[in-house]
Amino acid sequence: MAEFFHMGGYGLYVWGSFGITALCMIAEPLLLRGRSQSIRKRIARMARVEQEVQQ
Amino acid sequence: MSSRLINWFKFSSPATFYPLARKISVASAVIAVVLIAVGLYMSFFVAPTDYKQGEGYRIIFVHVPASWMSMFIYLVMAAWAAMGLVFNTRLSAMMAQALAPTGAMFAFISLWTGSFWGKPMWGTWWVWDARITSELILLFLYLGYMALRAAIDDPRRGDRASAILLLVGVVNIPIIYYSVQWWNTLHQGSTIKMNAETTMDETMLITMLIMTLGFWAYSIAVAMARVRTVILERERTASWVRELGLAGS
Repeated sequence: MAEFFHMGGYGLYVWGSFGITALCMIAEPLLLRGRSQSIRKRIARMARVEQEVQQ
Repeated sequence: MSSRLINWFKFSSPATFYPLARKISVASAVIAVVLIAVGLYMSFFVAPTDYKQGEGYRIIFVHVPASWMSMFIYLVMAAWAAMGLVFNTRLSAMMAQALAPTGAMFAFISLWTGSFWGKPMWGTWWVWDARITSELILLFLYLGYMALRAAIDDPRRGDRASAILLLVGVVNIPIIYYSVQWWNTLHQGSTIKMNAETTMDETMLITMLIMTLGFWAYSIAVAMARVRTVILERERTASWVRELGLAGS
């Protein structure tokens, strides 16, 4: 197991590369989810305000 | 013939594309997870150790696919931008807008992993080599495109201005691609060539292709999810958006 993480002396470089790639490709969908939720909330709020004005 | 043409243009309306984008996104996400899982397993447990670069070469399994995607996404964006200029369709510009952050991310990953490969193999984190410099310019083009779009208040004007920036920037793509042939600097030549046989171990090649397809599916999934968000942001006052009934969510 330790040998696997050691990568024949290239551990820092291999894990540094795969690690940042994984981080980016996990963070991007999560950030996008936040952006999507905030616009959905905004649209829902706009709809509520509109209804109240009509009443 | 004419009816087929009308059907095709039907999807250039954000309202009709919105639900379709979700289906494409979900399907692509499933494909991406499967391919990347298989690709990662092969990267570490199936692909053999390189006789010259030891285990350090495994970086190419993310470096090469990310670099390809950074160039390919740019070309797709430029094609959408051109279509937006010609047909004046809103959705084309939205597609370009939705792809940009993903393209920028892959350009960054390409530079980062290249740097982490360069340190042990070349002995330096960074060098102003032709390919590395042109890839850095690609990252700046992505960031410049996003900044320009965001800086213009009228979205339609922003679409047109940033589309022109994208189209001018296309000149950089062949420069990146051929840089290793045109200038004899530090970056190695292509192992996978369009016009000649590759000089690569078959397992390594297959692993790299699986990772590339995985990154491809990932890009489609994220871009389709983002285009839905962009559509909502830009069409928030449209009646069809109100009828979606997003209350509470």
